Amino acid sequence: MSVDKLKQAVLGMVTVSLLLASGAVFAGLGDMPLNLTQGVTETSQRVYDLHMTILYIVTVIGVIVFSVMCWSIFHHRKSKGAVAAQFHHSTAAEIAWTIIPIIILVAMAVPATKTLIFMEQTGDAEMTLKVTGYQWKWKYDYMDEGVTVWSALDQDSNNARQRDSGISPDSVENYLLDVDNPIVLPINTKIRILTTAADVIHAWWVPALGWKRDAIPGFINDNWTNIKEPGVYRGQCAELCGKDHGFMPIVVHAVSQEEYVAWIDEQKAAQLAAASGANREWSKEELLSQGEKVYAANCASCHQATGNGVDGLFPALNGSSIVNGPASDMIHLILNGKNLMPAFKEQLNDADLAAVITHERNSWDNTAKDIVQPADVKAAR
Amino acid sequence: MSYAAVHDDEHHDHKPTGIGRWLFSTNHKDIGTMYLVFALIMFFIGGAMAMVIRAELFQPGLQYVDPQFFNSMTTVHALVMIFGAVMPAGVGLANWMIPMMVGAPDMAMPRMNNMSFWILPFAFTLLLSTFFMQGGAPAGGWTMYPPLVLQLGDGLPFLIFAVHFLGLSSIMGAINIIATVFNMRAPGMTFMRLPLFVWTWIITAFLLIAAMPVLAGGVTMLLTDKFFGTAFFDAAGGGDPVMFQHVFWFFGHPEVYILVLPSFGIISQIIPTFARKPLFGYASMVYATASIAFLSFFVWAHHMFTVGMPLAGELFFMYATMAIAVPTGVKVFNWTATMWKGSMTFETPMLFAIGVLFMFTLGGFTGLMMGITPVDFQYHDTYFIVAHFHYVLVPGIVFGIISGVYYWLPKWTGHMYDETLGKWHFWTSTISVNILFFPMHFLGLAGMPRRIPDYNTQFTDWNQIISIGGFAFGLSQLLLVWVVIKCVRGGEKATDQVWEGAHGLEFTLSSPPPFHSFTTPPEVTDATAHS
Repeated sequence: MSVDKLKQAVLGMVTVSLLLASGAVFAGLGDMPLNLTQGVTETSQRVYDLHMTILYIVTVIGVIVFSVMCWSIFHHRKSKGAVAAQFHHSTAAEIAWTIIPIIILVAMAVPATKTLIFMEQTGDAEMTLKVTGYQWKWKYDYMDEGVTVWSALDQDSNNARQRDSGISPDSVENYLLDVDNPIVLPINTKIRILTTAADVIHAWWVPALGWKRDAIPGFINDNWTNIKEPGVYRGQCAELCGKDHGFMPIVVHAVSQEEYVAWIDEQKAAQLAAASGANREWSKEELLSQGEKVYAANCASCHQATGNGVDGLFPALNGSSIVNGPASDMIHLILNGKNLMPAFKEQLNDADLAAVITHERNSWDNTAKDIVQPADVKAAR
Repeated sequence: MSYAAVHDDEHHDHKPTGIGRWLFSTNHKDIGTMYLVFALIMFFIGGAMAMVIRAELFQPGLQYVDPQFFNSMTTVHALVMIFGAVMPAGVGLANWMIPMMVGAPDMAMPRMNNMSFWILPFAFTLLLSTFFMQGGAPAGGWTMYPPLVLQLGDGLPFLIFAVHFLGLSSIMGAINIIATVFNMRAPGMTFMRLPLFVWTWIITAFLLIAAMPVLAGGVTMLLTDKFFGTAFFDAAGGGDPVMFQHVFWFFGHPEVYILVLPSFGIISQIIPTFARKPLFGYASMVYATASIAFLSFFVWAHHMFTVGMPLAGELFFMYATMAIAVPTGVKVFNWTATMWKGSMTFETPMLFAIGVLFMFTLGGFTGLMMGITPVDFQYHDTYFIVAHFHYVLVPGIVFGIISGVYYWLPKWTGHMYDETLGKWHFWTSTISVNILFFPMHFLGLAGMPRRIPDYNTQFTDWNQIISIGGFAFGLSQLLLVWVVIKCVRGGEKATDQVWEGAHGLEFTLSSPPPFHSFTTPPEVTDATAHS
């Protein structure tokens, strides 16, 4: 290829990319996200204000420094006949451009320190929510109410995000930012939020609340929020936590105190119903239909919908000697976990565990074909 | 005088021939060349991984790779670029230039020099072989945080031993550079007459010696946690997973300056040459570089503000981080003052150096923003940080290395490179690098986390623009390969001084220089120093 042809090719490439870029920018800049959210808490508003202040300060410094550079580049060039001066230091200038930045930095540090102190005041909370990160879902414990909510990616997003699913993400509302069980929090209430994790480090982040905090196994981090406006606020895990790190969103419904109380009562009733379900005998059909749902929500991300697992990472359940072996061994393994396999003792109730075990033993090419009752699981705990 | 003597010597050069010349080389130029070629190959391997990442992120949904492989791509891309491309390129330039710049015949420890290079191909064979193992390549991020990294399959010990090897190589390289500069300077070459590139490299070398063993210790603890039943980082056994992050970033922050200081040194050589004016504030440049290096050991926790530190810790690391802006500012102002009232021309090395000046400064501004703890709680682990460190690493450091390559290429080969192609390389790289990295600021602020293979549809438009910029940037780098090959094969004969405004001992040697740089030490005076 000659130099001329290369020039043409590169010029073409640059033109096309510039056109594409500028076209996209002008066509859609109005809809394209650009800046930090102001959020719905005093913290998020303060953080936003601080962000804008610092952005303005660095922009002004940038404009000044870049202007001086550009002035030299345009005026002090040899082709314009510029003759090089030979000065090589100036104590006055050097002291000035050491002292002035220090003053600017101190001016920035003052509001930053105030905001940080404000954010760290976790005392006087009216209620406590404990957030536990799991691979790859969240568990929320309402400590004062005894209510627990498990929250994972919603089924529509989960179907669409499978490789070659054929489902367009555009057709899914709130793609990857929706969950099966959103949590509900009251507005105008100082809520203490504790973060921790069960397996690896995660980070709980709802941008509208104005902060994120790591959820670390073995440690509990202390944070707080006080939401001012009712609404639905979405976030994501922000610390790489393995394969499905991108697929464990957070959804917070902020509602009035009355609605919150009603929701808590509903949750308590549902928990009671689920507990009683564990005490009766289930039919095979019931177990299989419940088991399929539990499998999709808890097992499929590793062992895959096909039951074939991922070679070298997650073992196949299809044809597995454990799934086709004695039911008691399988119950023990699922309750207590092994290596990367998490312990499901805490995560699922007896009925769901019995259902999913029955589902696995009756699916694909598996030959066990028997049923496991909630009572069997209860006995094995 | 010495000029003629040097030229005489050239006739007595007995270069070894064949493959043995490279395998058993103890020559600083040959080893420098091998480092640079190795870095270029790694740059393209790491770049290919970046292309996979950008292809997958071109649209929402998963099209080409599974999430686990995507995580391997981001992880290994970083390891290859940092340890395989940028660091070896810096050492390669140091190998080529430092003996010539201080007036020495070669490096102080030529056999160790050979070993520190030849460790690298083995280390990267270990690392890249993990792609073919049970459990795949490392996918827990280049930061290797436990407990996640301990979930890696058979690749874990390979990753850890690769890191050990890379550390050994770097430490040997650093010791060699320190020994060379401290012992082999020509008569009259006092420390305060050293070219800035040599100064930045001495400081980098001390940082390497201080920081790399810390990383080695950290990954060794990972190894014993996984295989020998210790619980350094396992809370269930009385350990602390956050302690790894402290250990890692105690290495990791100085590492940032290990990467960037040589680039600062390079542009401190280039800007005075093309402004035809001495470097402004030589002494303050040296002190600013040393201050940055010193402060770099007290700011590590700003990489982990969200782990939940006590208020006092967060305030300390915020103030210390902000303090780094002062010496960094001094350097930027000094470069600007060097250009001020100069007589500038804009050959390719100068273009890339000015690119560094503008775009590194931009990355510095976002760095300052992230040093502010309360707002970092929002920025942390989003595309905002991805934008920040790529601005520092690509147009800040890679451009610096490229400007050095263009600047010294005629000296190395004896031929001028193709200036037109060089300018094309600069402009295509600069335009595409900004299309690639600038919109990442917006994505991060709008709430897109980093290290995710798929995203909400509101982020689609920016991701498409970013990917187009990425592909264009990747393609543009092929121009560099073409320019270098063309220049090695022939071209207009370069003079000894190469550039009208060039000063320094390396420009008193012939182009290309003799195999053993200075067999008779040159005399250095105040007038000949301080280019």
